[in-house]
Amino acid sequence: MSPRHPTAHRDPIDPADIDMSAPLGARLTLPNPVLTASGCAGYGRELHRFTPLHELGALTTKTVMPYARSGRATPRMTETPSGMLNSIGLQGSGIDHLVTDELPWLAEHGARVLVSIAGERTEEFAETAARLAGQPGVVGIEANISCPNVADRGLVFACDPDASFAAVRAVKAAAGPDLPVYAKLTPDVTRITDIAAACTEAGADGLSMINTVLGMAIDTHTFRPSLAGITGGLSGPAIRPVAVRCVYQVYAAMRSGTLRPVPLLGMGGIASARDALEFILAGASGIALGTALFRDPSLPLKVRDDLRETLARHAIRSLADAVGLAHHQPEDDSRPRRTPA
Amino acid sequence: MPPTQTAAVIRRIEPVGAYHRLTLDAPAAATADVRPGHFGALAIGGPTSATLLRRAFSIHRADPTAGTVEFIFAEHGAGTRALARHHPGDTVDLIAPLGTPFPLDGGPQRAVLVGGGYGSAPMATLAEAILTRGGQVAFVLGAATADRLFGVAEARALSPHVHVVTDDGSAGERGRVTGPLPAAMAAIDATDVHSCGPMPMLKAVTTLAAAAGARSHTAVEEAMACGTGLCMSCVLPVTGPDGVTRFLRSCTSGPVFDGTTVRWDDTGTLPADLEGAAAMTPYTPKETDPA
Ligand SMILES: Cc1cc2nc3c(=O)[nH]c(=O)nc-3n(C[C@H](O)[C@H](O)[C@H](O)COP(=O)(O)OP(=O)(O)OC[C@H]3O[C@@H](n4cnc5c(N)ncnc54)[C@H](O)[C@@H]3O)c2cc1C
Ligand SMILES: Cc1cc2nc3c(=O)[nH]c(=O)nc-3n(C[C@H](O)[C@H](O)[C@H](O)COP(=O)(O)O)c2cc1C
Ligand code: FES
Repeated sequence: MSPRHPTAHRDPIDPADIDMSAPLGARLTLPNPVLTASGCAGYGRELHRFTPLHELGALTTKTVMPYARSGRATPRMTETPSGMLNSIGLQGSGIDHLVTDELPWLAEHGARVLVSIAGERTEEFAETAARLAGQPGVVGIEANISCPNVADRGLVFACDPDASFAAVRAVKAAAGPDLPVYAKLTPDVTRITDIAAACTEAGADGLSMINTVLGMAIDTHTFRPSLAGITGGLSGPAIRPVAVRCVYQVYAAMRSGTLRPVPLLGMGGIASARDALEFILAGASGIALGTALFRDPSLPLKVRDDLRETLARHAIRSLADAVGLAHHQPEDDSRPRRTPA
Repeated sequence: MPPTQTAAVIRRIEPVGAYHRLTLDAPAAATADVRPGHFGALAIGGPTSATLLRRAFSIHRADPTAGTVEFIFAEHGAGTRALARHHPGDTVDLIAPLGTPFPLDGGPQRAVLVGGGYGSAPMATLAEAILTRGGQVAFVLGAATADRLFGVAEARALSPHVHVVTDDGSAGERGRVTGPLPAAMAAIDATDVHSCGPMPMLKAVTTLAAAAGARSHTAVEEAMACGTGLCMSCVLPVTGPDGVTRFLRSCTSGPVFDGTTVRWDDTGTLPADLEGAAAMTPYTPKETDPA
């Protein structure tokens, strides 16, 4: 017996009637759930030639630190099956440049901006966050805690609950009451729910999952690591199942009450509306496109429009209604009407 | 003019020596003010292809009337091997034109055009543009072997000064492009040298051009994932007018750079004086750090 399609009994509805708004917390509702992932669309200028930025749910900027960073030596990238490894090394001109030269341009072009920030120490996270309150176009902060903590001998913040807690709390305090703060988690941990718990306890308004997966490739012509940085971050469709698992586990913990419920932003190998829906069913209220933009910088609007069609076909009236549906038993008709918040 | 993105249909794909000539029906790109030095970025296979990144190729020729864009490509890895197995009628997604073209400013140029291997692909249209503006051209075309030389006949039709070299002597003189370059510059009293090819060649050409008092513009080849400026893969150390060296993206600030501004010997390294290099120092435990 083939399993019954969960929405087969419903009549499809007109795509124009679908409410695509993404409920990303008390202080953040985006007109649609499609964002760009940090580091995959720079500060927006290049992507704008293919995707008008105001059409995105939001643009997540390349992670910015308090100061300029050159990034690592080349080669910084190598292609792997259905994915790529990168060791860009957070190249950027620093927060002054972002605030002076990039944010005004983004605001002028109607972009909603999630600013990704990082620091090598907790104080640097705070220093960067403090510069963002009241900036035009900024709708929130994504604290990229998947970076090394110099004060903890280079251990990645997001690999340690205490360091994650401290960084997120510092960002929350510095950002002020108006800017929602999302914490971006690495999948390279034993139990992602422990880190998620530390972040939500520290006051995170949401969680972004996932950052790249640590990987490595060796060039069999030169017998040397393919990347100058030796190891790199794996991204693209190759990591999608890992990312879906992370989102599902954290959402499940929130449903069961072991974790304070906050909205989730899902990312990792999304290349189509089908992939986006997979994350939404797992529990994401919004999704971000990363590596897929390198192949197709026009993809965001296709994903947005195809997702609308898909929801209409399933007679799901609003995106919010689809969030977390994979957690429901087939006979369970009590679908959540909105994201837990 | 902003780059266009189109599902381009392959009109022809045919061997030229060791390479393939790919002619795409892509009217939007063909009419988008393509200049010599611009490149195109191809996505190979459908949206679920396992080779997901774009492949960059110099535009050999864009014909606005025919609505076509031509590339010359070598089989190298998985993507170019798959591309070589495509047939007329197949579709590839093309983004073009991208990058910075060779500069044609500064009055009519007397320019030596240096191409290494498929690096000769943009040189014929560059020569035509220089000649149209009242300039003069000479060519130095080199490759490892005769079948990897490209564009010799086209060059001979455009200039009486054409030097051909191969590493193994299978065509022209045996040697490198740097061999005949001084004579080629002298023959036309060169104001400019434009080159495209492997990095060591571009460096050597820049050194010789500078010694002869000519400007040197080089089209570099750095590994690219997107070609559109999104990923920051394709950087190389370039010194700006302010004297500060930064990692610039070769797909947006290049691929054509003033060769004297590229720190050739430092490519593939992290020079200590690069802007922001100090922030990259690998973590070393300090006495003051908590245990
Ligand atoms: C501006 C520019 C112009 C170029 N013009 C030509 C040309 O006219 N003809 C031609 O044959 N080749 C050209 N190349 C080189 C060509 O891009 C590579 O040979 C090709 O991308 C390799 O793809 P692959 O699938 O064979 O190799 P893979 O190793 O499978 O490629 C994997 C990834 O690495 C990137 N990559 C690997 N090697 C290179 C490289 N040398 N340069 C750039 N990206 C690389 C690919 O784009 C891809 O994203 C040019 C490169 C650049 C940057
Ligand atoms: C080239 C590249 C650069 C990235 N830079 C950043 C970054 O600066 N900050 C960050 O939080 N994540 C960064 N990421 C991770 C992405 O934002 C995203 O979390 C990850 O790639 C998974 O999504 P994807 O598979 O859709 O790319 C980067 C990813 C890539 C491929
Ligand atoms: S290739 Fe992606 S930024 Fe240049």
